[in-house]
Amino acid sequence: MTGRETGSAVLGAHRVTLAYGATAVVHEVSLTVDAGGVGLIGESGSGKTTLARALLGLLRPRSGTIRYGSRDLAALDRTGRAEFRRAVQPVFQDGSEALDPRMTAAASIGEALTTHHRIGRDRRRARVAELLDDVGLDPALADRRPHQMSGGQRQRVAIARALAVEPRLLVLDEPTSALDVTVQARILDLLERLAAERSLGHLLITHNLGVVDRLCRTSHVLFAGRVVESGPTRDLLVRPAHPYTLALRDAVPRLGGEPPRASGRTEAAPAETGCPFRLRCPLAADRCREEAPEDREVAGRRVACHRAEDVLERAGHAQRQ
Amino acid sequence: MDGELIRVRDLVVRIGDRVIASVPELDVGAGECVAIVGESGSGKTTTLLSVLGLVGDDRETGARDVDISGEIAVCGVDVMTAGPGELRRIRGSRAALVMQSPQAALNPTMRLGTLMRRALARHGVKGVAGRSRAAEAVKAVLLDPEIMRRYPHQVSGGQAQRFAIAIALALGAEIVLADEPTSALDVTVQAEVVAVLRRLRDERGLAVLLVSHDLALVSTIADRVLVMRDGAVVESGPAAEVFDRPRDAYTRELVAAVPALPEFHASEVGETARAKEEL
Repeated sequence: MTGRETGSAVLGAHRVTLAYGATAVVHEVSLTVDAGGVGLIGESGSGKTTLARALLGLLRPRSGTIRYGSRDLAALDRTGRAEFRRAVQPVFQDGSEALDPRMTAAASIGEALTTHHRIGRDRRRARVAELLDDVGLDPALADRRPHQMSGGQRQRVAIARALAVEPRLLVLDEPTSALDVTVQARILDLLERLAAERSLGHLLITHNLGVVDRLCRTSHVLFAGRVVESGPTRDLLVRPAHPYTLALRDAVPRLGGEPPRASGRTEAAPAETGCPFRLRCPLAADRCREEAPEDREVAGRRVACHRAEDVLERAGHAQRQ
Repeated sequence: MDGELIRVRDLVVRIGDRVIASVPELDVGAGECVAIVGESGSGKTTTLLSVLGLVGDDRETGARDVDISGEIAVCGVDVMTAGPGELRRIRGSRAALVMQSPQAALNPTMRLGTLMRRALARHGVKGVAGRSRAAEAVKAVLLDPEIMRRYPHQVSGGQAQRFAIAIALALGAEIVLADEPTSALDVTVQAEVVAVLRRLRDERGLAVLLVSHDLALVSTIADRVLVMRDGAVVESGPAAEVFDRPRDAYTRELVAAVPALPEFHASEVGETARAKEEL
């Protein structure tokens, strides 16, 4: 073991392009995940889960590199890969997929404990109890199998299992979208507490902006496989600079808020030329049809939009109303 | 009848000794949206299916020991005593059910246009009259008429959902009963489906009975809400009142669990609503 890397970035993607067969679904994405929590926001088909798979080492980039600390993931030796697989733990949407249906909660968590460390039986039992407690589960649930638990309880067991190997980073792919709202709120509390108590980084992949705001200091918005806006989560949500971020924010129903409006263009496919978002964009101009926007610095974030300044203006205006 | 399209009194659904849904009162009038909110196992879907006479012993599924009591009337028809033919007629035309994943409800081997034409023909609407009704319904849900040439797998989830609503409209539905109609959709697409339902309610007087776990979404469309938990209605009333000043502890917990976006914290929501009232 080399110990903690210097610098805070645990995991990073550098100009990563990912493809299934001949079809590229993620284009030249760069991002780093550090201790503050990073959000990856996008809708179905945006490439967010594909990118997560690559960051977990499950999919090899067609071009670009995934870095674990300062090392290229593709160049890691056996020991390096084992260390990576311990340090970066996935938590998926449905806890039951991560759990063996024949194993009790205690056995599932115990198995993870022994995979990476040699550990005595008594110590193992004590650690399982600690981990159940860490994720707020009643020790009485230790003997239950997945089908005897609720969705929220299963998700907690999946998180306890991920924590068992003392990871440095959790990759959370829609961890709460299959859960009831009150259960979701409690799982978010748990993740927030874990992030604060341990120096545990996380990459949170979701389409739910409210969840990102709670858990991530930085966020990246993915549209059609490209990062269209990156920056401090709060800034992105309060005053988006990309029209897609703005559309996402304004589509979120708010308790007692204005009803959402229909544009009729929401389901237009990404454009093949120029800016991929232009067919859905209310601000699209001639330039957007002719020239794909480059990533540039605007108002403290990176944004790929010719009309970012106008979007900022709109977003600020809408908020004052 | 006093204009109620759905009228439910003292509905109790039991499986064996267990009450899985108990609803003392539920009315939905023309041009009104009533929502039932609650989490898994609350009885909200059972209530919705009961309204259409879809709850009871079923030889095909093997469901037994289901006991349903109370009064249910849909468009003036007593659902509890109506024969199978009469129930089918109501479900086929006047009261339409819209489910979570519409693609599963659309026959994958037929173009959407064929599906629409067959549905209309089954109700005796054919030829030019059928075509114009279909075109009008597709327009009402903000879909491009071109969509009629596509197969179900060639359209997105939101388009399929709006098409399912269009079929209901073409058949002359006065009521749409929607069970989590947008939970499987992206947030931007979800907004569009809700906007379409709102328009139809406002412009055509469509009655909507909506079942959802999403309080924020419900608050943007519902006129009245019922909050259910473990089979019982814990709170009901005008939507603005229930969400702004929840009386029941569980409703308060649900309201507090809605993730808020930074510029709209829960504390400000009440103020916004009050400011609107003053205007």
